[in-house]
Amino acid sequence: MNTTQGVTVRVENCAKTFADGTRALDPVTLDVARGETLVFLGPSGCGKTTMLRIIAGLEKPDSGGRVLFNAQDVTRIPIERRNVGMVFQSYALFPNMNVAQNIAYSLALRGAGKAERDSRVAELVALTGIEGLENRNIDQLSGGQRQRVALARAVAMRPSVLLLDEPLTALDAALRERLRGELDRLLRTLGITTIYVTHDQSEAMTLGDRIVVMRKGAIAQVGSPRDIYFKPASRFVAEFIGAANIIDAVSDNGVLVLPGGRLAVDKTGHGQVAAMIRPESIGIISPEAAFLVGRVASVSFTGDRQRLVVDGASDKPLIVDASNTLAVKIGDTVGLTVAPSAIQFLQGA
Amino acid sequence: MTNLRNRLIFSGQFVFTLLVAAFLIVPALLSMLAGVTVNYFTGIRSGLTLQWVIQVWELYADTIARSFVIALAALAVTLVVGVPAAYALHVRGGRFARIVEEIITLPLAVPGLAIALALLLTYGGFSDFRRSWLFILAGHVVFTMPFMVRSVMAVFSAIDVKTLDEGAASLGASPWRRFRDVIVPNAKPGILAGSLMVVTLSLGEFNLTWMLHTPLTKTLPVGLADSYASMRLEVASAYTLVFFVMIIPLLVAMQIYADSCGRKTARR
Repeated sequence: MNTTQGVTVRVENCAKTFADGTRALDPVTLDVARGETLVFLGPSGCGKTTMLRIIAGLEKPDSGGRVLFNAQDVTRIPIERRNVGMVFQSYALFPNMNVAQNIAYSLALRGAGKAERDSRVAELVALTGIEGLENRNIDQLSGGQRQRVALARAVAMRPSVLLLDEPLTALDAALRERLRGELDRLLRTLGITTIYVTHDQSEAMTLGDRIVVMRKGAIAQVGSPRDIYFKPASRFVAEFIGAANIIDAVSDNGVLVLPGGRLAVDKTGHGQVAAMIRPESIGIISPEAAFLVGRVASVSFTGDRQRLVVDGASDKPLIVDASNTLAVKIGDTVGLTVAPSAIQFLQGA
Repeated sequence: MTNLRNRLIFSGQFVFTLLVAAFLIVPALLSMLAGVTVNYFTGIRSGLTLQWVIQVWELYADTIARSFVIALAALAVTLVVGVPAAYALHVRGGRFARIVEEIITLPLAVPGLAIALALLLTYGGFSDFRRSWLFILAGHVVFTMPFMVRSVMAVFSAIDVKTLDEGAASLGASPWRRFRDVIVPNAKPGILAGSLMVVTLSLGEFNLTWMLHTPLTKTLPVGLADSYASMRLEVASAYTLVFFVMIIPLLVAMQIYADSCGRKTARR
């Protein structure tokens, strides 16, 4: 197998029913391009980890399901012969080995000599920024250092696919954010096909070339971070990713009819619709000039912006992200404006 | 005032502890002393001698050796069978594993005599087996296996061995390499604790062994009972002395070794 750029991965009709009858995954078919980073995103219990474990070879799909690497069927091949690098949520570092031995274990298994192992370890500790820790025991490392060791260990044998199962979840928020950036650079440097599982949408947005949003064992939407954010396919995706206003209203020949006025939309015809508007897409203008007005119910100043909740404009209070310099206080009547292109209609209204 | 009271309470507790310890230790010391007394009924005035110890050694050297062979053989079998069994039971999990674990543990609850009787009923007909020390070994393995399996399993559940195993597998390790490189080294504290139990229990085991032994396959405790029943009290006491001299250093050495490994693991 070509290992420098990774392989294409195809998951074909893979479902998973556990021995106790629990259906963890409905039949899923999915292609991952060579060198792509694909993120499985969803709440806990959505089947994303089961999906990853099927690709890894730690779980067998129900009969009829197939996993292909570079069009070669690997469904029956156990994980130890799939050449996949894996980073576990708990890292699974071996406590009986030091950092260098952990990183070099896969090379030792493949019969690499000491010189080769040492040079690869040196290369990887430099790449992951853990120089000087080679002879430390695992218990002497911080959480962030463990995470880097786990990553270095997983890529040491130049795997065909890199699989990461919530690799940042065990870390505190500040460290998570920093490592997210590092991980992104590292994955791009390696150029390896990567499959990443997380429940954290900002991780998914930063790292994913494409995101697979999952819900209750099925795929809710597949798309680029921008697609998922701006064009969610369903109410679930819209609400799961970022903050969203979902307006249930009647659309009448290019106009949404709302309690506080009306909004122009790119939609002809007449009928009940569900429209999604992101908080940052709503502009605040003077009420005299506006077709849609509401009353400010709360203002939270967060430094980079202020988040308003506006009552009376729609069927539900609207969340609006306004500029941090706008003079506005609770009880003010404000005019609201939204570009028609920023209004996304959801299916299954 | 309170200071004095505290000191009184402390002294009281200290004396009480000493008394309890003495109550337990004095008989052992007296017994060992009797083993080197010329005539126990005359008392220590009759003088000290090593003749009884020498006599015991001459009579029972092979019994003592056999005991150690059986203990080490039991250790070998419980290691070779018990550690992989614990691994399999832990990784597999579920109801089946629980049932197997209960069955392995059963000999702890069933009296040794009953186990011996069952072994005799089943295998007594195979006379070569029945006459050899291997018959006793079989009994000891049945009796000591749960201690090995349980202490190894306890470590497995403490270190999340399943994820370590999956981690090693993802790096390309075959099941055997995973077991050798990752599972066993990380289960070492449990394996050591289990080994300590197996060796001590095997060396001191009487119930089962008494039923299973033949005049030619005695072990230390059976020999002890034998000498109590049929010889001078001084000889029997000398036997106790020999028993202690053989076992205490072994136990201390194993305990020290286990402690040093335990410390290393605790540091992690």
